[in-house]
Amino acid sequence: MIEASTRETYGKTLVELGRQNKDIVVLDADLSPSTMTNFFAREFPERFFNCGLQEQNMIAIAAGLAASGKIVFASTFAVFVVCRCFDQLRLCISQPNLNVKIVATHGGITVGEDGASHQAIEDLALCCALPSFTVIVPADATETAEAIKTVSINHGPCYVRLSRPKTPIVYPERYHFTLGEAVTMRQGTDATVIATGIMVAKALQASDILAKQGIDCRVINMHTLKPLDEPIIVKAASETGAIVVAEEHLSQGGLGSRVAQTITREKPVPMEFVNLDDSYASSGKADELLQRYGLTARDIEESVKAAVKRK
Amino acid sequence: MLNHSKVSLESTHQGNGFNLSAAELQEIAKKLRRHVITMIATAGSGHPGGSLSAADIIAALYFNVLRHNPDDPQWPDRDRFILSKGHAAPILYAALAETGYFPVAELSTLRKLDSRLQGHADRNFTPGVEMSAGSLGMGLSFAIGIALSAKLDSKNYHTYVLLSDGECEEGQTWEAALSADQFNLDNITAIVDYNGIQLSGRISDIMNLEPFIQKWQAFGWHTIDINGHDLNKILSACQEAEKMKGKPTVIVARTIKGKGVSFMENNVAFHGKAPTLEEAERALKELE
Repeated sequence: MIEASTRETYGKTLVELGRQNKDIVVLDADLSPSTMTNFFAREFPERFFNCGLQEQNMIAIAAGLAASGKIVFASTFAVFVVCRCFDQLRLCISQPNLNVKIVATHGGITVGEDGASHQAIEDLALCCALPSFTVIVPADATETAEAIKTVSINHGPCYVRLSRPKTPIVYPERYHFTLGEAVTMRQGTDATVIATGIMVAKALQASDILAKQGIDCRVINMHTLKPLDEPIIVKAASETGAIVVAEEHLSQGGLGSRVAQTITREKPVPMEFVNLDDSYASSGKADELLQRYGLTARDIEESVKAAVKRK
Repeated sequence: MLNHSKVSLESTHQGNGFNLSAAELQEIAKKLRRHVITMIATAGSGHPGGSLSAADIIAALYFNVLRHNPDDPQWPDRDRFILSKGHAAPILYAALAETGYFPVAELSTLRKLDSRLQGHADRNFTPGVEMSAGSLGMGLSFAIGIALSAKLDSKNYHTYVLLSDGECEEGQTWEAALSADQFNLDNITAIVDYNGIQLSGRISDIMNLEPFIQKWQAFGWHTIDINGHDLNKILSACQEAEKMKGKPTVIVARTIKGKGVSFMENNVAFHGKAPTLEEAERALKELE
């Protein structure tokens, strides 16, 4: 599979948007060479604010700018913006419904060698707990560009989680991103994998393997966790009778919990989950960590079989 | 005296439509204090001490300093006032009502279900409230965002933010202080309501802020140290702050918690406790 960097795409897309709209301002907390907001900083220095190592200050400044009519993108690593600034996200942005786009890079355990302090594995649960927030995890670089463009014209707070390493391209050609509308990547009748972020590519791999074993597995890219596309979930449960949710996140509070809520209410069917157990991960190469902590195509394949068996 | 408000609004686009003198402001401040007592006593909960200490500052801002238009709370060129110490919402509500943002009668709905007057200042509910506050230490940062926006848009409005002394214990306040200097903001003025008391005791016993003036100076701020109940001093400090070029200004306003009500003055108990109806009656007599 061809790979590309979601954060590099983010940086380039910001420049494109900055050229079109003078109201777009960008904030970063000393990590712009990593979040790639430095592209924007280079082209629009007057509209870029490096807030230094002051994440909490950055989030409240972002709110003040948004309250004055700016479209604000604020970026740093996912752990630092979500976990450190939760109160600021809550009272300065979520409650007053201000137009701030939190685009965090280095989500999940694929941060790798930097270890647990840098691996955001609870960010999706926290952001989904913020009323008025939209929460998006693009599946690849193509989708990242489309999602960033979409949120820039969609008023209100949002959280977009991107990755550190390059990730496989699942959309080789241009495609149209619609906020809150999941994408059926592959049809299937025996079970459905609902995946988000880097797990979409892995779900497609798993589906290939399962096809050879005679299991016809549907794959859905749930790029928007909030608002959740409930109709596509209910349809998948009705038509395939088994659901597996795959995400690079803790088991509690993320996509798995959200899909389960819909399934229990609307159409109870056997469910399995591919995610992280209730503990922190460790240092290592991204691929090694995905293996160690059970986030591979193989893990999805096993979970699909387990779910199908319970039908 | 306040009935002239509608007439004088015509001029708000140039300046403050009330433009009261220090002597007049003193009377207004007393009136605002009376509202605070009545509102909190009626609600049965709230924070009288920090509203009373800030009454003269708020009176000076809304009836003399701020260029604002109560008929058009979203007027883009208005001076901004950010209440960072969100628990002092009652004194802000009193000023907003008396300047005409909403009917004075509405003050009696404070903290009640379906009221526009929330327990802590809330921009979703109340016309004229710029920021949702109540978790301390965020207001200076928010104000910096507004001040940056003014610079980007080449607008001349000034941004005032009222901090409590207690919230200067929050790390974020000092992050913001550093960044205002870094971003060369001179269109922002912080006012610290330095009443020396926080919820559980005296600031000096709990988390000493001194030497306070020197701290702000070390962070690159122009400092003005005043008696926060002297209306002439408040007015001249705001003028000095708005003229200051090249650096942000902080006005450290030395105040008395519970100011104006003898049994609330310097009394830790009245940080966050409503007066009983009997106490409220006594307080209102003292504020006649």
